[in-house]
Amino acid sequence: MRETKYWTWHMAAGVVIALLLGMHMLIMHTGLLAHIYAPMGGEAVSQANSQFRDSDVRFTVSYILLLGFALYHGLYGLRTILFELTLKPAVERAVTAVLLAVGLGLFGLGVWGAIGAHALAAARG
Amino acid sequence: MAENGKIIQFHVSRYNPERDAKPYVQTYAVPVREGMTVLEGLHYIKENLDASLTWRYSCRMGVCGSCGMLLNGKPSLACNTQILHICNAELAVGPLPNFRIIRDLIPDLTPMFEKHRALKPFIVREEAEINDPAGEFYQTPEQLEKYLQYAYCIKCGCCMGACPTLATDERYLGPMPLASAHRYNEDTRDEGRRLRNQVAGDSHGAFRCHYAGECSRVCPKGVDPAKAIQHLKRQLVLDYLRLARRGKPCEKLHGPGAGMPLPNIAAPPPRTV
Repeated sequence: MRETKYWTWHMAAGVVIALLLGMHMLIMHTGLLAHIYAPMGGEAVSQANSQFRDSDVRFTVSYILLLGFALYHGLYGLRTILFELTLKPAVERAVTAVLLAVGLGLFGLGVWGAIGAHALAAARG
Repeated sequence: MAENGKIIQFHVSRYNPERDAKPYVQTYAVPVREGMTVLEGLHYIKENLDASLTWRYSCRMGVCGSCGMLLNGKPSLACNTQILHICNAELAVGPLPNFRIIRDLIPDLTPMFEKHRALKPFIVREEAEINDPAGEFYQTPEQLEKYLQYAYCIKCGCCMGACPTLATDERYLGPMPLASAHRYNEDTRDEGRRLRNQVAGDSHGAFRCHYAGECSRVCPKGVDPAKAIQHLKRQLVLDYLRLARRGKPCEKLHGPGAGMPLPNIAAPPPRTV
């Protein structure tokens, strides 16, 4: 049943990624909703607009969610590919542990970065 | 053998683990007539050319599932494959892939049946109900239809031989056991889905299937194991999310007349004696 749990979350993560990436495309590459996400005018990726979004806690949360789900989705997919190589059970456990450590490490780093950017943007007003 | 026949070269894989380091191919010229099956060709070799050739068979009519082997690269039953339907001059005959070879064309099916047994391929009900010989479990034709095609499986192992996932992952449960699990999960008389989910939903279970579909392509009985596995995956996810509809298993009817007769059954003809 354990694999069912991993698989279900893998698919759920895929759906969340599609939604969040859809939002990303909408905001960064279409200009639609620019009055909400890029109110400073000009390019959505400009310093002023980026700082505006970083200061908004909803964006910070969405960055963290996207990072978490993307890491889980990608690393579980990688684990599945590695398991296809007919590994021994002990190696499979080691692969799972390493990927878990890598995932948690990258997630921690990303969360630290997102929160840091939020704090910096909020401090600059 | 019949005159006017055609000579077909049988390239048969031979292997005796007591003598050979690895399998090798031996070629036999077999006179073939229209309608002759591969099994008959193998019998011809055994009776006329090489008595040491070994394979497994029983019913000779595509029912028992004993004579599954690799015929020109496709896992098939030797008894219901006509030679001239699959070749003109050369026929490669080998044991089913993805199994250890016991000898010549005989695969060791033990791992397949161990996986099958682990998935509880039988109706799970309370002991008292099963042991009560009176009465029967009532099931509608629609309920029967849901699992009927999977019940046609004869456990020949052709699907296991064709599965690309099993070729790289010998711990993968494989199409036959998983389709069998789905067959019993869909049976309204059964209450064992939760027990099967423990095995089917674990590592090397249903989620290892990549839906290559080879199992369904080669099945000699027209069963669609690939479809069964996709349904099984969906069921596993729904069960995990507690979104699956869990109907009550069908009840046991007691005594004559307690069942529901089918409509429009003609009356029996009058007695003549």
